[in-house]
Amino acid sequence: MKRIILMVSMVLISSALLFAAGQQDGGGSSADEPVVLSFLIDKDTSVDGIKAVAEAYEAKTGVVTEFEVRPGSAEGENLLKTRLATGEMSDLIYFNSGSLLTALNPGRNFVDLTDKPYMDTISPAYKQTVTVDGRIYGIPASSSAAGGILYNKKVYKELGLEVPLTWDDFMKNCQVVKEAGLTAVIGSYKDDWTAQLFLLSDYYYVQQQSPDFAEKFTMNQAKYATDPAALQAFYKYQEVQEKGFMNKDYLATTYDEAQRMLVMGEGAHYPMLTFAFASMTQNYPELVDDVGFFAQPDNTPGLNGATVWLPNSIYLYKDGEQVDEALAWADFYVSPEGTSVYSKTNKADGPYVIKGVELPSDTPMGILDLMKYFDEDRTAPALEFITPVKAPNSPQICVEIGSGITEPLEAAQKYDRDTEKQAKQLNLPGW
Amino acid sequence: MSFKQRNQYSYFFLLPAGMIFFIFFLLPAISSFFFSLTRWNLTDWTFIGLENFKMFFAEDSLSIGFKNTFIYAFLTCGLKVVFGLGLAVYLCSAIRTRNFLRAVVFFPNLISTIAVGITFSSLMHPTRGVINTMLSTIGITGPDWLGNVKIALLSVIAVDLWKGVGVATVIFIAGIMSISTQYYEALEIDGGGSWAKFLHITLPLSRPAINSVIILALIGGLRTFDLIWSMTKGGPGFTTDLLSSIIYKQYSSGFFGLSTAGNVILFLMVSAIAFPIYKILNSREVDL
Repeated sequence: MKRIILMVSMVLISSALLFAAGQQDGGGSSADEPVVLSFLIDKDTSVDGIKAVAEAYEAKTGVVTEFEVRPGSAEGENLLKTRLATGEMSDLIYFNSGSLLTALNPGRNFVDLTDKPYMDTISPAYKQTVTVDGRIYGIPASSSAAGGILYNKKVYKELGLEVPLTWDDFMKNCQVVKEAGLTAVIGSYKDDWTAQLFLLSDYYYVQQQSPDFAEKFTMNQAKYATDPAALQAFYKYQEVQEKGFMNKDYLATTYDEAQRMLVMGEGAHYPMLTFAFASMTQNYPELVDDVGFFAQPDNTPGLNGATVWLPNSIYLYKDGEQVDEALAWADFYVSPEGTSVYSKTNKADGPYVIKGVELPSDTPMGILDLMKYFDEDRTAPALEFITPVKAPNSPQICVEIGSGITEPLEAAQKYDRDTEKQAKQLNLPGW
Repeated sequence: MSFKQRNQYSYFFLLPAGMIFFIFFLLPAISSFFFSLTRWNLTDWTFIGLENFKMFFAEDSLSIGFKNTFIYAFLTCGLKVVFGLGLAVYLCSAIRTRNFLRAVVFFPNLISTIAVGITFSSLMHPTRGVINTMLSTIGITGPDWLGNVKIALLSVIAVDLWKGVGVATVIFIAGIMSISTQYYEALEIDGGGSWAKFLHITLPLSRPAINSVIILALIGGLRTFDLIWSMTKGGPGFTTDLLSSIIYKQYSSGFFGLSTAGNVILFLMVSAIAFPIYKILNSREVDL
C-alpha cells in the first residue's frame, strides 16, 4: 500500500512541477515589460505597410507588435484552424475576407466590431465581405485590388502592340509576342493559387450577363458548367494552353519568379492580382513602372471590365488575453494617422476602402491604369466576396485545365461537384 | 504475501506507458471513429450518419488516389526488396571499403523527408535543375520530372527508393550475417558457385528479413505523405494525389468530419492489406 501512495504522490508532484513550468512561460509580465501583441500573417503578403503602422503605434504608445509568419494556401489555413481550435491563437490575425472567412467560425473566434464608430468611414462593399450573420468582424488591412492581366509596357512598345479589348485581340497579341521569342503568358503553377486567375478575373463578365449568378450559386441553383457566361473562363485556359503561349516550365515556376520574368520583360503578360505591384515595387523599384494593367478581356461585344478584390482583413482573437490592447491597436490602424502611415509605406494596389484616404502621388503606373476602370464604373467584386461557396480544390482544378489535363466542360463540372462539400460543411439551405 | 505474487512485477510498471498509449493513441483512435460520423468544425458537431463516407467515396480524385497509393506502395516495396537485397549481398562480401559503403547507403535516411523532397524538387526543376542541366550537356533534353503527368509519380517513387533503400539494406545485412557459415562451407564442398550460394542459401535463409522489409515498406508506402507533399503537393492538378494527400487537403479546407472518415477508411485499408500479407509471409518462413 505504501508503494501505491508513493507512486501516486510522485505522479502528482511531477505533474505539478510541469504545470508550474508551463505557467512561468505563459504569464510573468512584470510592470516594466512592454505590452506585446502577436500578429499572425501569411508569407506571401507584403507586410511593409502593416509593419510601418505597427512601428508608428509602438513609437506612440509603447505597445510592441510581434509578427508570426505562417505558410500560405492550404497549409496556412490548416495551421490557422488548428490554432483556433486549440485556443493558441495570436491576438491579431491577418486573413482573407469573403468566402473563406465563414469557415473560421467568426462568431465564436473573433471580436465583434460592428458597433465601432470607425465602421461608418469604411465602404459598405468591404463591410459586406467581413459580415457574418449580421455582425462585422474585420478591418481592412490594405487597399482593394483587382484581378486581370499585368503586362510589360516596354515589350508592348517594342512590338507595337495595343491594349486588347477583346479576347481574340489578346490572343493575337500573344501570338506576336510568341513569335518574337518571348513568353506570351507567364504561368506560375508551382504556387497553385496563382493558376486561378483566369477563372476568378472573368467574374466581371459573368455578373454582367447573369446578374443573379452569385445568389443562385449559393442556393445550389446556378452552376459553372451550365451557365454559358461562367463556363467561358475554362475555355480561356484551354486556348492559352493549346496555343503554347506559356513558359515551358510553368509548372515549376513560382509567384516570385513570375514577377521577375514580367518586370525583366522575359514575359509579356501575367494574369495576376494588382497586389503583386507591392512586392514588385519593393524588389524592382526602377523597373516597376514598365508594368501596366488591363482587365482580362472577353469576346462578349461591348463588355470590358475588371474584377475587384476587396482587401484582406485583420481580425481580433476573441479569447486572447489582450483583447482591449488589440482593440486599441485596430482603432489606430484605421485612424487617419494609421492609414497615412500605411499608404506612405505600402504602395496602393487599388483604391482604399476607408473614406478620405487618397492614393499617394507615387502610386505605381499600373495601379493608375486600374483606376480608370473604377472611374468608369467598369468593375464587379470577385465571386468569393459575395458567396460563401468556393470550391476547396479550386487551385488544383485550375492547374489541371491550365495544363491541358482536363477539358473545359469537365473542369467546370468538377468545380461544381467540389463546391458541394463546402456548402454542406457550412450547412447552407438548398444543398 | 504469497510466493506467487512476489515473483511478479507490479502492474504499476505498466502505468506510464499505458497512460501515454491510452491518451495519445487509443483515445484519439476511438474518438476518430465517432467523429467520422459527424459534421464537425472542431468545436461543434452534428451527427450525420454515414454521409461523410458517402461523400468521401464520391470524391473526384479518389480513384486516382487509390490507384496512385497502390502503385506507390507496391512499387517502392518491390524495388526496395530488390535493390536492398542486392546491396546487402554486395556489402556482405569481402570488399575493402565495406563499412564506409554501408554508412553511405544508410546516409539518406538520416535526412528529414521534407528536406529530401525540397532538395529533389529543385534538382528536378525542368529548366534550371541540376539533373536536366547535366543531361543537356550530353545532348539529352530531360523531361519535366515533376510536371509531366506520366512520370511525376515515378519521379517521387525514385526519390523514395533513394531515401528508403538504406533501411532495407541494413535489415538484409543483419539477416545475411545471422546465417551460419557452415551452410556455405557445405555448398562449397559440394562444388556450388556464388550464384548457387545466393539462390539456395542466402535467399531462403534471409526470408525473415525479407518479410520484415516487405511489411515495413508496404505499410510505409500505403500511408506515405510527407515526400509527395513536399515534392508535388499531389499535383500537377490531382495526378499524384495519394489517399493521404486527399485527406490532408480535406482537413485543411476545414472538412474535419470528412477527413476523419477518410482516415478511418485508410486505416481499414492498410489493415486489410497488411494483416493477410503478414500471415502469408510468416507461414512460409523456414525454421533455422
